[in-house]
Amino acid sequence: MEFRYLPMTDSDKKEMLDRIGVQTSEELFADIPENIRFKGELDIKPPRNEYQLTKELTQLADQNVTLKSHTSFLGAGVYDHYIPSIVDHVISRSEFYTAYTPYQPEISQGELQAIFEFQTMICELTSMDVANSSMYDGGTALAEAVNLSAGQTKKKKVLVSKAIHPESLAVIHSYAKGPGVEVVEIDHKNGLTDLDQLEREIDENTAGVVVQYPNFFGQIEPLAKVREIVDTQKKTMLITSSNPLALGYLTPPGEFGADIVVGDAQVFGIPAQFGGPHCGYFATTKKLMRKVPGRLVGQTVDEEGRRGFVLTLQAREQHIRRDKATSNICSNQALNALASSVAMSSLGKQGLKKMSWMNIQKAAYMKKQLQARGMKVAYEGPFFNELVVNVGQNVTEVNQKLLQKGFIGGYDLSMTDEKLDGHMLIAVTEVRTKDEIDDFVKELGDIHGQ
Amino acid sequence: MANKDFPLIFELSQETRTGFSLPDFDVPEADIDDMIGEKYVRSNDPELPEVSELQIMRHYTALSKRNHGVDSGFYPLGSCTMKYNPKMNEDIARLTGFSHIHPYQSPETVQGALHLMYDLQESLGAITGMDTVTLQPAAGAHGEWTGLMMIRAYHEANGDYNRTKVIVPDSAHGTNPASATVAGFEAVTVKSDERGLVDLEDLKRVVDEQTAALMLTNPNTLGLFEEDIEEMAAIVHDAGGKLYYDGANLNAILGYARPGDMGFDVVHLNLHKTFTGPHGGGGPGSGPVGVTAEFEPYLPKPLLKKKDDLYVFDYDRPKSIGRVKPYYGNFGINVRAYTYIRTMGHEGLKKVSEYAVINANYMMRRLQEEFDLPFDRHCKHEFILSGKRQKKLGVRTLDMAKRLLDFGYHPPTIYFPINVEEALMIEPTETESKETLDAFVDAMIQISNEAKEDPEIVQEAPHTTIVSRMDETLAARKPVLSYSKE
Repeated sequence: MEFRYLPMTDSDKKEMLDRIGVQTSEELFADIPENIRFKGELDIKPPRNEYQLTKELTQLADQNVTLKSHTSFLGAGVYDHYIPSIVDHVISRSEFYTAYTPYQPEISQGELQAIFEFQTMICELTSMDVANSSMYDGGTALAEAVNLSAGQTKKKKVLVSKAIHPESLAVIHSYAKGPGVEVVEIDHKNGLTDLDQLEREIDENTAGVVVQYPNFFGQIEPLAKVREIVDTQKKTMLITSSNPLALGYLTPPGEFGADIVVGDAQVFGIPAQFGGPHCGYFATTKKLMRKVPGRLVGQTVDEEGRRGFVLTLQAREQHIRRDKATSNICSNQALNALASSVAMSSLGKQGLKKMSWMNIQKAAYMKKQLQARGMKVAYEGPFFNELVVNVGQNVTEVNQKLLQKGFIGGYDLSMTDEKLDGHMLIAVTEVRTKDEIDDFVKELGDIHGQ
Repeated sequence: MANKDFPLIFELSQETRTGFSLPDFDVPEADIDDMIGEKYVRSNDPELPEVSELQIMRHYTALSKRNHGVDSGFYPLGSCTMKYNPKMNEDIARLTGFSHIHPYQSPETVQGALHLMYDLQESLGAITGMDTVTLQPAAGAHGEWTGLMMIRAYHEANGDYNRTKVIVPDSAHGTNPASATVAGFEAVTVKSDERGLVDLEDLKRVVDEQTAALMLTNPNTLGLFEEDIEEMAAIVHDAGGKLYYDGANLNAILGYARPGDMGFDVVHLNLHKTFTGPHGGGGPGSGPVGVTAEFEPYLPKPLLKKKDDLYVFDYDRPKSIGRVKPYYGNFGINVRAYTYIRTMGHEGLKKVSEYAVINANYMMRRLQEEFDLPFDRHCKHEFILSGKRQKKLGVRTLDMAKRLLDFGYHPPTIYFPINVEEALMIEPTETESKETLDAFVDAMIQISNEAKEDPEIVQEAPHTTIVSRMDETLAARKPVLSYSKE
């Protein structure tokens, strides 16, 4: 079998072994004790040539129903949006995707500047002072924010709304075990965080309050009121998770005094790809700048006074501080941050606002049509691009019927909240047309028996 | 200070210029401002650039030209395994059936994706000698934390709450002690001996009834195989601790040795290193974790299983450490790694390690005439030089690294591991040709000669890059982390 990624020829090998002073390459592995030397053949499939492997994997890919083969109203944290063609052309430039973390600024100005621009765009969207170069995803970014709040305030309890993404909530629980942070869940009422319960639970031991804005049900949490409750305690932080697209039209959390704003930039230029890789972002105040997890790019000058960029404030990070670091994160999602930057540049100031507005408009149209068809929309509050409809029967079964009609239906809320049996979370983005919405309402209505 | 030659994208912006093409707005317009309420409708628009599509393309093309990747030239950054990123992998990951699928689609509609994930889990299990693998962790450090949380859960399930310490060699990656802390442990250092291997006597000294685990990279970050691994495993296991394998250096031993056979209980892999998922300028990566059967109950939720002919996610896992990440891991990177493994098979993967090790030893032997070699023995996929000799001439390792930029190379990892003075850590990988290795060695020898004859040329390097050395002190003292219009 030929291996096109391996350039060593037999004569190279001989010459190199001679120079090393060994007869065979086996001698170079002699330090692996006999007992633990692997002598068999790895139980994996045999090597395959490019043409046949492409054919095989294409067939495997073709087995999947996709967001392109069907009309999707599925969201719940991962969305089908317009991705400008230019995005993939930029991130396919291999100077970007075959590089690593820009440790050598003289030959990494491209990546560094691109990240600096990403940080700026995130600051603009969230109205926060500082944003980092990216996190794995919105869920882990939120969990890091929770632990940061506990570390910074020296308090050990966080109040987390159950109206955040259920998987983010689960990740918060997992991350909180490390430093021993107590996670208290605040229930939702009428699709919003129960502020009465929040008021009852908050006390002087509360490090942070976590809400999602807009929340998992698409509802727009009253951040001003949440902030008022947070302000009843000293040092307690307001942490929000926000779909950055929503912030093109909604007042950003920074304007309500959020201390940390995180979320996922998947909505900008990143395909769903079965849930990852996406692109977490992490934004905060100047005060917390030196506590931020992950890489930060800063502006500086070179010896000739030319503007340039470097990784900075690295004393926070694992490769310098080791066990005293603010986080263990090393690799992040740089290439996806680049994709999001290109998408945000492409949309620009006007396009992003318009896209955000269209999401609200089309979701509002969906709500109106569902109600006109006699369907019960669960919550009455203001919402972004998602809404909850009570379909009155098992959502998974409803989705199976919808699939036959060419639709990928909404998220089955009973999967994570038994109170919401029969409730479907429907996402309507700018890519859905009026006809698609009308057809979906018709099919759903038929299934529902209205 | 603004430099007009290399503007920020914000500096190209002109009001009302557009670079987008949104889908039609085809529904009746509603009064959404009224619905949302005045307080929650944004009053000041975010200052995003207003640029045309060509301007964007030129901007990012210009940026890409100011960036060095593996495709631009040699990138022997030790411990990062900067090997070639196959183009086929990129194409496969972009197939609509893989890129445009939603994690909450019903399992019946994504069997192709699940099949691939399952096969990858099995392949990684076979390669590492572990019983079960999860693909959830997003990167190496995330895998480390996941693994340590499982070890913690295991000890706690045995009522063993006093195992609060994780032992980490002084040569370990920074993520190891950081992950230990994040998982709620105290990191304890074990020393290396003059061979560059873990000092067994010191290990015996630090291991006790509080030891939760020993984290080890094998071969270690000095590029040396920890040949006492069986004895080390016995010391830790006898004390009731567990062995954690940092898979950062797996590229050295594919098909030659498996962490599972060495006695490791929990293993993470960096698919963006050994298995060619590209590094992406810093990510995304993928950090699957493999475990022995004993640890299977603690794996994160959900676990992908095969039931009859169907692939399904198992959520009913009461002992699980819970979720470590939304959805199922960095699927797009996993597709690339799977494509690579299928391209290579056993035969190819074993050659990968053979050639990676030959390349490293060859370079080491050629370079040892000019540079201090702290550990004079066969290395694995990478090796360490010390710039001690050059330092006496007033030329630091940092200077030599910067001088390498003038030759078109990305420098090796420098000043790591921290237990070697003026360290240079060189990892050529198997995908580089002998000609490339020779040219790099020649450049290193030339730099060493320059250090003797004309040190300024090294001290003042780089001379040919588009910018010179950056004022990092200024960046840290007066942080400017985003652009704002004056």
